[in-house]
Amino acid sequence: MLLVEDKQIVVPGEILAEGDYHSGRGTFKEEEKVCSSLVGLVAVRDKKISVIPLQSKYIPKRGDVVIGEVTDIRFSMWNLDINSPYSGILPAAEVFGKEKRELNRAFNVGDVLFLRVVDVDEVKKVKLGLKGRGLGKFRGGILINITPTKVPRLIGKKGSMINMIKDQTRCEVVVGQNGVVWVKGKPEMERVVQKVVKTIEDEAHTSGLTDRIRDMLLELLGEKTEKTTEKQEDKEEDEFEEKLIQ
Amino acid sequence: MIIILTSKLIGNSNKGSLITSGTKKRPDGRAFDELRPLKIEAGVLERADGSSYVEIGDNKVLAAVYGPRELHVRRLLKPNMAILRCRYNMAPFSVEDRKRPGPDRRSVEISKITTEALNPAVFLEKFPRSTIDIFIEVLQAEGGTRCAGITAASVALADAGIPMRDMVAACAAGKADGQVVMDLSEWEDKEGEADLPIAMMPRTGDITLLQMDGHLTSDEFEKALDLAIKGCKIISEEQKNAIKNRYGD
Repeated sequence: MLLVEDKQIVVPGEILAEGDYHSGRGTFKEEEKVCSSLVGLVAVRDKKISVIPLQSKYIPKRGDVVIGEVTDIRFSMWNLDINSPYSGILPAAEVFGKEKRELNRAFNVGDVLFLRVVDVDEVKKVKLGLKGRGLGKFRGGILINITPTKVPRLIGKKGSMINMIKDQTRCEVVVGQNGVVWVKGKPEMERVVQKVVKTIEDEAHTSGLTDRIRDMLLELLGEKTEKTTEKQEDKEEDEFEEKLIQ
Repeated sequence: MIIILTSKLIGNSNKGSLITSGTKKRPDGRAFDELRPLKIEAGVLERADGSSYVEIGDNKVLAAVYGPRELHVRRLLKPNMAILRCRYNMAPFSVEDRKRPGPDRRSVEISKITTEALNPAVFLEKFPRSTIDIFIEVLQAEGGTRCAGITAASVALADAGIPMRDMVAACAAGKADGQVVMDLSEWEDKEGEADLPIAMMPRTGDITLLQMDGHLTSDEFEKALDLAIKGCKIISEEQKNAIKNRYGD
């Protein structure tokens, strides 16, 4: 017997269903009852009930792409803050291979990198890597932190939301699965993106968001379009491509 | 608000005994099984991962939750689960005479019992090698701040997106002026015969905190416990509404 509706907001301890239902993410089963363990939205798929959290911390998973900041350099690895309860390590071998070089020549404390989670062991030691397309160091730009569970909303269906933002503001936007967003473009456009991303985070649980964000973007950009010159941005985009290739 | 209105009516017409079914009305005009006016708000602080603000009577309590986050104190870390740390603190201006700032015997005790009251509710095993920090600040005190603190902390934990078995609610009952009553006020706490604060998980009925100060007969104890449980259930509903209101329109 289902006691809640799809997309309803639930709180920890709320009974979602009794009897023949499976417990999915964000839920637990106790005495044949499926209960929510989080504040979130109910998602019912067949007989499986999950709760999509409205707020969470990033828990690293193998294969994720994340944005991290170098916090420490050690003998043979970098330590990175990946906006999570667990810090990441980037072994020197991932960057240099067998070659031996000085670590601080490649990346220094404070550098922002785009990485892949190579491995997470049972004590949550997070090993990061840089092998893959587009991975590497960011130069310039700004960082925005959002709740990791809202990343899919920011990207949208097949990237609809993120592509709209990119097209409208002519900024380069990279989203890490840990909820860190890197934006580079003209300074005023970066601010527009920051505003829009924060709005998406605040309203992620509402429907019809993409349309509202489109309106918001048009309104924000309406004041700024006069100043924009097309040429410059094309150049910036080319520069960016080069930078990403390590 | 309705609660206040009725109690005023009782005061004016002097017919309180009729309405409160044969029991004396209390100094503040409440019935024996009536809570003080309650207000809970979630997500009040920008910097914290989760936060809440609770007002019950003249108590004003703010709770903030940080985490799960990395902990660098290696000896405290547990390899298989997160640890819960709690700090209860009273502002110097929270009581009539200025309270000397900083931790004292009482606040250390309350910090400890709050941690223990919340521990069974949180799925700590989901975040090995990390810490969840709770800060409870009492801005204004009027009896029953430990219960208000636990209630606030639980809402803040939920707001921070920390998985829990249930939201812990806390309420006190006790005996004042020869009568067993729910939710003691400061006067009833000080002048009364006994105080019985409890915290519980309302869904399962598990009691996670039970303290008693003063003397009760076993009958009175049973009665006080029932009242406190009843109070917790009312508070629990209010906690749920606070969380839902944060995201509702």
